[in-house]
Amino acid sequence: MYRYDEFDHAFVRERVAEFKDQVERRLSGALTEEEFRPLRLRNGLYLQLHAYMLRIAIPYGVLNSRQLRQLAHIGRKWDRGYGHFTTRQNLQFNWVKLVDIPDVLAALAEVEMHCIQTSGNCVRNVTADPYAAAAVDELEDPRPWCEILRQWSTLHPEFSWLPRKFKIAISGAAEDRAATAFHDIGLRIVKGPKGENGFRVLVGGGMGRIPYVGQEIRSFLPKEHLLSYIESILRVYNLFGRRDNIHKARIKILVNQLGIDTFREAVEADWEATHKTAIDLPEDERHRIMSYFAPPELPERPARDEALAARRESDPAFANWYKHNVLAHRVPGYASIVISLKEPGRTPGDASSETMDLVADLAERFGHDEVRVNYTQNLVLPHVARADIPALYDALVEAGLATGNNELLGDMICCPGLDYCNLANARSIPIAKEIAKRFEDPARQELIGSLRLNMSGCINACGHHHAGNIGILGVDKKGTELYQITLGGSPKDDAAIGTIIGPGFRAEAVPQAIDTIVDTYLENRDEGESFLETWRRVGAAPFKEALYGAG
Amino acid sequence: MPNVITANRLTDGVVVYLAADGEWSEQIANARVADTDEETKALETEAENAVRERHVVGVYPMAVALNEDAVDPLSVRERIRAAHRTTLTEDWYDVPL
Repeated sequence: MYRYDEFDHAFVRERVAEFKDQVERRLSGALTEEEFRPLRLRNGLYLQLHAYMLRIAIPYGVLNSRQLRQLAHIGRKWDRGYGHFTTRQNLQFNWVKLVDIPDVLAALAEVEMHCIQTSGNCVRNVTADPYAAAAVDELEDPRPWCEILRQWSTLHPEFSWLPRKFKIAISGAAEDRAATAFHDIGLRIVKGPKGENGFRVLVGGGMGRIPYVGQEIRSFLPKEHLLSYIESILRVYNLFGRRDNIHKARIKILVNQLGIDTFREAVEADWEATHKTAIDLPEDERHRIMSYFAPPELPERPARDEALAARRESDPAFANWYKHNVLAHRVPGYASIVISLKEPGRTPGDASSETMDLVADLAERFGHDEVRVNYTQNLVLPHVARADIPALYDALVEAGLATGNNELLGDMICCPGLDYCNLANARSIPIAKEIAKRFEDPARQELIGSLRLNMSGCINACGHHHAGNIGILGVDKKGTELYQITLGGSPKDDAAIGTIIGPGFRAEAVPQAIDTIVDTYLENRDEGESFLETWRRVGAAPFKEALYGAG
Repeated sequence: MPNVITANRLTDGVVVYLAADGEWSEQIANARVADTDEETKALETEAENAVRERHVVGVYPMAVALNEDAVDPLSVRERIRAAHRTTLTEDWYDVPL
């Protein structure tokens, strides 16, 4: 993974010192809250319902054990012993004190971490496929490109005050596991006409109040031109994006108001006029950054491990966990392991300091010191020898982390909602917990099969409800929390925005409504059909009738 | 409708209420209740001074109901703030749905 060079170290240390001074000036009264607010937001510090919240950047969701242990330590020392992994592959601490923030930032800097650009109208943490450099279907590792974009976008003078925040995701695999179509820019690494790798570029995707699936602006971009082309997109957005209305300021609005063809023409014209060699990274520098991402040495092992096979035969709980949470690896004899943070009864995406310490230990013991954060709010050990899987599983069982529900109904995405968030209209965590309780039986989840259920506590859609096969949106209707259900969304290659199925439900009725939707799917599905396939075939009518009655 | 003044404490962000003794209390039970618009305005002015003195940030009045001796927030949001707890801390039903 990427290691800081002297420039990075110096830069982050300077920022820590700068913000320490700003906090001191705020506390002494030299800065008013109005003056301080944009400064703290630039450093990932929000004021939420109960306390300050610090959002820590986890670049493209990649951590090593040392970093994860430091996060555990920060949680223990300056927070309440837990953090929340987000759909942006970041970590949020919910109870930090303003007076402690300089110490927290200094502790982060010790392990090459920071909170810069985790808020504000700038380019945010670039997200990626959590199985990068491990997935069987990968064409090229997206992480070096994420790192190149991170370095390029950090404090970029032209793009630090965009009309609104800007999110980029990259996938280098055949399957989209980074929800690229729901980002301001989505990049897919694809083969070009001569067999070389480059980028398919999507633009204008997003969720929030007005959701859009990203549209193709370029079917193939030679990869050496990534920076100059992205600059042109951002320049057109920066010039023409709306700044008069926060709800219409994202690039998705501009793209859809102009139309993709007009927007493309503007970008291509800017790009033509751009002095590309002044912006695109020289080849030797690209190779230097790529060398940081050389995968660990994984000597080939037998694809079949007898002890593992025997355990699968003899232990049904292990077999179930294995089926869902162990993914194929491109090197024979290895696998990627999903550590679910969705045990029924827990807050989705939350991890205690003890959990973080344990996962750091397991990554060292079994996983070549690498941990990934999935945007679905789970952790991943990308490189584990198959022979080590039983021992790893036993350690996870002991810690209550062996929930075998990856990509099943229990694997819900859930934002912090009104339990923490100042923007939320309704709670999401209690609803997620109640649904998890109702669908606790692994056999039932197995019967239902792959199903993405996403929930947000407000229209800003941090919980990706628009992209859920089943989406739940909490709203405030005259002082009552009400939950609107959407069906048919998808975050993958067949990206789609869910359709509102009908009037919303009160909180206590939501688990039963989900049950009814699932039963309707099971009654209507043809053999082997996923929820989405059934929905697309039968349409809304049977679901509406089941939920609201005929007529 | 009765109102109390709430804010977040500057140093740690904790939810506080302007109390009868002029201090800021974490307990809504200690909040000074304004029964009229004029009283609310007066409390807001007092609270703005506390902002200038860097005790609190994000001051605003919130509607409450007075039930016997209790001061109860009307909205779910304010009930959650007043409880100082979330779903993780204990039983999530401690702030009823």
